[in-house]
Amino acid sequence: MVVYLAGKMVIGSSKKVVADPIEEVRRICALVVDDDPLVRRIHGMLLARYGLETEAAENGKEAIDLFLSGKTFDLVLMDMEMPVMDGLQATQRLRGMGVSSMIVGVTARGLEAEKEAFMATGLDACCVKPLNAEAVISVLDELAKKLL
Amino acid sequence: MEVDQLQRSFLEYSRLLFHEGFLDGQFSQLQLLQDESNPDFVFEVVSLFFEDSERLLNDLTIALDQQNVDFKKIDAHVHQLKGSSSSIGAQRVKNVCIAFRNFCDEQNVEGCLRCLQQVKQEYLLVKTKLEAQLRLEQQIVAAGGAIPMLNEFC
Repeated sequence: MVVYLAGKMVIGSSKKVVADPIEEVRRICALVVDDDPLVRRIHGMLLARYGLETEAAENGKEAIDLFLSGKTFDLVLMDMEMPVMDGLQATQRLRGMGVSSMIVGVTARGLEAEKEAFMATGLDACCVKPLNAEAVISVLDELAKKLL
Repeated sequence: MEVDQLQRSFLEYSRLLFHEGFLDGQFSQLQLLQDESNPDFVFEVVSLFFEDSERLLNDLTIALDQQNVDFKKIDAHVHQLKGSSSSIGAQRVKNVCIAFRNFCDEQNVEGCLRCLQQVKQEYLLVKTKLEAQLRLEQQIVAAGGAIPMLNEFC
């Protein structure tokens, strides 16, 4: 069950009636993958504003290493162009590993052909960066549907 | 100076920056993210933008000074600069980067050199203006006032 507590997205258990519902909830976790520290800061802040817990990775390989270490994320914001491992390779690898998190591609270019190629690697959605509040709300609405 | 006078100066100065195309709606979005738990958020991201840009402009100058120009490397730097400037709302810097990338695609050294000069100019202009705006913000806060929101300029 996904609920909004004090305007923040959390996941709760619908099976148990508890006096204090906050004990049964956990915050939504997101991973921001981008080689630009400025973008990591801004996108991290945007997500945190809606109550998400966020972590960051500088490239696709770091993102994969986080998943391999046992971490789980409900949402991944994946930049397309990054050194070491780009967003296309990272998304393909994550899906190959069986990762079912919502992965939203983020690209500075709006070219349709590039977005389609990125989507084909296994993204749930693709947005043009920088993200704004409207784009984040749209992503969170989709995430809420996925988690229900 | 009175707080409301400082706030009016801040709004007027900001209005000019938006009107002249130095900043776009993305900058207003950043201001909206600043709150009591992150009171220095705008200052922090603007500082990151300055660090990023100065490093990239330096790298671009070196790259374009080489005997054999590596256009792929230059394109990568310009792509990053475009990303940073876009994230902060530095519209005029971003627009020069778009033209710059086109010259990279054409492998046009002269065009790239012209764009480099232009982007340096635009960066220095926006840096001066952002620093002045941040100083006005600091004066407002020091005088006990709240920083006016810029969302009317989006």
